[in-house]
Amino acid sequence: MTDAPVLQIRNLSKAFGPVKALSGVELELRRGEVHALCGENGAGKSTLMNMIGGVLQPDEGEILIDGQPVAIASPAAAQKLGIALVHQEIALCQDATVAENICMAAINARRAPLMNYGEVYAQAEKAMNQLAPIPVRTKVADLSISSQQLVEIAKALTLDCKVLILDEPTAALTETEAQRLFSIVRDLKARGISVIYISHRMAEIFSLCDRVTVFRDGRYVATEAIAATSPDDVVRKMVGREITQLYPDKLPADAAPGLSLLSVKGLSDGSRFANVDLDLKAGEILGIGGLIGAGRSEIAQTICGLRQASTGSVALDGKPLAIRSYADAVQAGLVYLSEDRKGSGVFLDLSIAANVSALDLGKLTGRFGLLDRRAEADQATNLAKRLGVRMAGIDAPVSTLSGGNQQKVAIAKQLSVSPRVIIMDEPTRGIDVGAKVEIHRLLRDLASQGVGILVISSELPELIGLCDRVLVVREGAIAGELGAGELDEEAIIMLASGVQPTPAHQAQVNHVA
Amino acid sequence: MHADIKATGPSRSSFARLASMREAGLIVIILALCIAMSFASPHFLTWGNFRAMLMSFSIEGIVVVGMTILLIVGGIDLSVGSVVCFSMVVSGALFLMGLDPWTASLIGIAASALIGAVMGFFVTVVGLNHFITSLAAMVIVRGLCLVITKGTPLSLFTLPPAFKAIGQGSFQGIPYVIIIFVVVVAIFDFLLRRATAFRKVFYTGSNEKAAQFSGIKTNQVKFWVTVLCATLSGFAGVIYMSRFGAATPTFGAGMELNIIAAAVIGGASLKGGSGTIFGAILGIALLSVVSSSLILLNISVYWQDMIKGCILLAAVSADHFLHTKKS
Repeated sequence: MTDAPVLQIRNLSKAFGPVKALSGVELELRRGEVHALCGENGAGKSTLMNMIGGVLQPDEGEILIDGQPVAIASPAAAQKLGIALVHQEIALCQDATVAENICMAAINARRAPLMNYGEVYAQAEKAMNQLAPIPVRTKVADLSISSQQLVEIAKALTLDCKVLILDEPTAALTETEAQRLFSIVRDLKARGISVIYISHRMAEIFSLCDRVTVFRDGRYVATEAIAATSPDDVVRKMVGREITQLYPDKLPADAAPGLSLLSVKGLSDGSRFANVDLDLKAGEILGIGGLIGAGRSEIAQTICGLRQASTGSVALDGKPLAIRSYADAVQAGLVYLSEDRKGSGVFLDLSIAANVSALDLGKLTGRFGLLDRRAEADQATNLAKRLGVRMAGIDAPVSTLSGGNQQKVAIAKQLSVSPRVIIMDEPTRGIDVGAKVEIHRLLRDLASQGVGILVISSELPELIGLCDRVLVVREGAIAGELGAGELDEEAIIMLASGVQPTPAHQAQVNHVA
Repeated sequence: MHADIKATGPSRSSFARLASMREAGLIVIILALCIAMSFASPHFLTWGNFRAMLMSFSIEGIVVVGMTILLIVGGIDLSVGSVVCFSMVVSGALFLMGLDPWTASLIGIAASALIGAVMGFFVTVVGLNHFITSLAAMVIVRGLCLVITKGTPLSLFTLPPAFKAIGQGSFQGIPYVIIIFVVVVAIFDFLLRRATAFRKVFYTGSNEKAAQFSGIKTNQVKFWVTVLCATLSGFAGVIYMSRFGAATPTFGAGMELNIIAAAVIGGASLKGGSGTIFGAILGIALLSVVSSSLILLNISVYWQDMIKGCILLAAVSADHFLHTKKS
């Protein structure tokens, strides 16, 4: 074994046209190390990973593997050098089986004219079973998003790699699956494999990684040993300014409960969930926690008429609602922010103004069914200003905005109808810390103005930091409620999984605490 | 990732500029072609030739309007040529059975709308895609035309002069066909930019899921746009009948390709969400100027399809190049 780092990045720069994505960044990855890479969206993490993975070529600087400068001309070249990259976005062939996806590189390299399915299945099973018992003969399209993410990781594990890059691997995983992934990462580390771990979640980074490197605006900021730093310190380096308070103040404990805004009784959809009761009061932020797939989004979508309810009632401001379609809910003042921003939240190629007005065109329609473009522009300008959307102008397409600003546009759309209650499904997923703090503040402001805020989140720190009260959903039913004094990660995990926390959970929770 | 940096650029969005560039670019190409042709052929720069060119794409232009809106919603209609013919044949047959030509034409247009409604049903209720549904409709409707006419053209020389005037007459030297075309284009171009109902077409085509999550009934939107496209095809069909004084059961075969090509050259995306009527009309004008030029240059008509195909490829490649360069 040499002392040279497995992978070293020296003074690397990359520009896209006039935009400098990276300028002179450094990174050093030691053998058998789990190295976290942090930075807000746009800091240049993914650009760097794409250069290490052979997808992009650097303009300047060098990449050294085992002390030798290398040119990584293509993803295949990266694989040959022992670099495996798991992208944040799932890139699997949806119509092929799990096994065919996992063994894609091996099949591609194979010389024989016919497929050897026996071998493919055996190999795939071996890789898959380390993570989760997903049958390798199923089609990828039939799997949930979290299972697909696990297949992506299994695919990387089959490559005989010495550097494994994981780009936000837990974004779509449940807590249990994430734990399993962590133990695999520890196992890989013990086998001498080095891992670059990209994540926004401080809890994961601090329980899993040895060192952390922070980028900001395409520049290298610092590398620290995890033991010598703190989550606050890392966040500070990421945003480049002091964030005094990650979460806004909660309701004071002695505040009188407000009037009931949204009241749901005995709601069932006949398949995914049954007999759900919830009561959202004015002034509070009510959280809904639970594992992915527990039925949280389905409950929310059914409340506002995006899915069909079989039994149950929904009342707004004490008045029962008859909701046959989502348009009815919007009319009544009940809106839903989708968890899938790009897939169903915004119209990427339409202008910011057109996005903001999508929810209620009637309001902007003048005589003869024509749109009042001045009213539309005014509405978009006002809401964009109120939410602090950073944009070129309201005519710019939403695709030109960063993730956080896209999400603000999606929220502006909800606010355009002056709603009584907003249900927010993963309001800050994949958003950088700065925008996250702004959105949390906004939600708190709205709540104190009397707008009902219901937040579904898979991020435990968000539920704990933001919400006054959290309902935990397990397998389509409310498993329990946690009030202000009882909110901690352990309590939520226990309710969500229905079991006592495992030692691994305990270890993680303790470590973070 | 570098998007947020880009968003701080000049205030007018790059997207709007690109869209207007597409139309400006087409105008420049058409003008350049016209100037070049005016040197190459003394007949090109005459009112007679221009009128002929305008006439040649005016009726097709009405179908292009419907197709463009359908492309914006994310659909496509391969049956437009068949539906044009169907409207012609139905109206013609009813006229021959003794109905007055105006009523016969209205029934022909209504029958075309009905075909659109059936396609809309299969797309929205059954859940098939526009491509397959309209491919089937193209063949079925063509078959219907052959059944109705028993395969032989209907001779309609007995059509009253007032009806024939739509396709053959003119006002102050301007053919009615061109006037109708300009009015249809002006109406739909305006509506598409300004009417609330048509804004929903853009929402649905840009991101159907997000449109649903905004309370828009996307199936209704897709249904009515499908009906609209077929209705405009039917309308074009009766104008053709008036123009030709005949109804041929094979008329309009292959027309759909010209029409889709025109819309795409004009900037409509096959993925939905973008397109303009003005652009599409420039697209069909370009194709028509090229056809006319080839004829005046005495180039064999056999070259026409090949050259049109190359123009389509060039337009789409240019678009692709501009878009990938942008991101």
